[in-house]
Amino acid sequence: MVDTVVFILAAAICLTGALGVILARNPVHSALMLVMTLFGIAVQFVAQEAHFLAAVQVIVYAGAIVVLFLFVIMLLGVDRAQNLELSVLPIQKWAALLFGAGSLAMLGVLIIVVKDPVTGAEAMGGSATGDENVRLLARSLFSDYVYAFELTSLLLVIAVIGAVVLARKPKKVLDSVTEEGSEA
Amino acid sequence: MEITTGWYLVLGALLFVIGGTGLLIRRNPLVMLMCVELMLNGVNLSFVAFARELDDIGGQTVVFFVLVVAAAEVVVGLGLVVAILRRQPGTTADDLSVLKG
Repeated sequence: MVDTVVFILAAAICLTGALGVILARNPVHSALMLVMTLFGIAVQFVAQEAHFLAAVQVIVYAGAIVVLFLFVIMLLGVDRAQNLELSVLPIQKWAALLFGAGSLAMLGVLIIVVKDPVTGAEAMGGSATGDENVRLLARSLFSDYVYAFELTSLLLVIAVIGAVVLARKPKKVLDSVTEEGSEA
Repeated sequence: MEITTGWYLVLGALLFVIGGTGLLIRRNPLVMLMCVELMLNGVNLSFVAFARELDDIGGQTVVFFVLVVAAAEVVVGLGLVVAILRRQPGTTADDLSVLKG
């Protein structure tokens, strides 16, 4: 009973936030609605005994990524309301709605038709339930997936270097580029 | 009413579709990145639901990697957005279609 109430409340929070992200005219409102969705997902994670992921969800997503979004919005000063009307491709809105309805119908049919999604495959990485969630996740991460884990560290270094290179403003290169742009 | 794995899958599918639709109807590159985050979260929810259904911790490990990749994606994506918008304020995704300055 409690599970049902928690699921319905968290699902309502998630969907309200998701719709708010795509419908809010102001990017700041979109970012705050995204926080709402992420908290709802964190509640769903707790309900499914993924305690570590719920904590990471709040700390990394809501705490770091959304703050980064808000920081960039404020830095660029694009926090004014934008017109949602499309001018370049008027058909785009209908195509998007068609895409949404189509994929929703497809996924819904799949979920309804495949009543028992479990294939009967044996669990490879050990049980996911119980009070030992963090320990099991750590064991899985540092034994079976240790190469993938090391590769993600490389990925993060590359991302940081890329961000630094992108954010830097080299005077000479920028001037030559703008000159070319004005000539062309 | 008991909450089964199917309900979590439905919620994940809804989040994925909402994110995909937003990606298509919004022109602000920042909001488009947020919609990508929505889609990733829908998939993460499905992974965790299957991890519990199959009693396999591997699903949660995959979600961990998705979180890392999402963080890297946001860092690079926002770097690109800052670099583009600093040169051309008010740029939308439509203006970037030709990929030239």
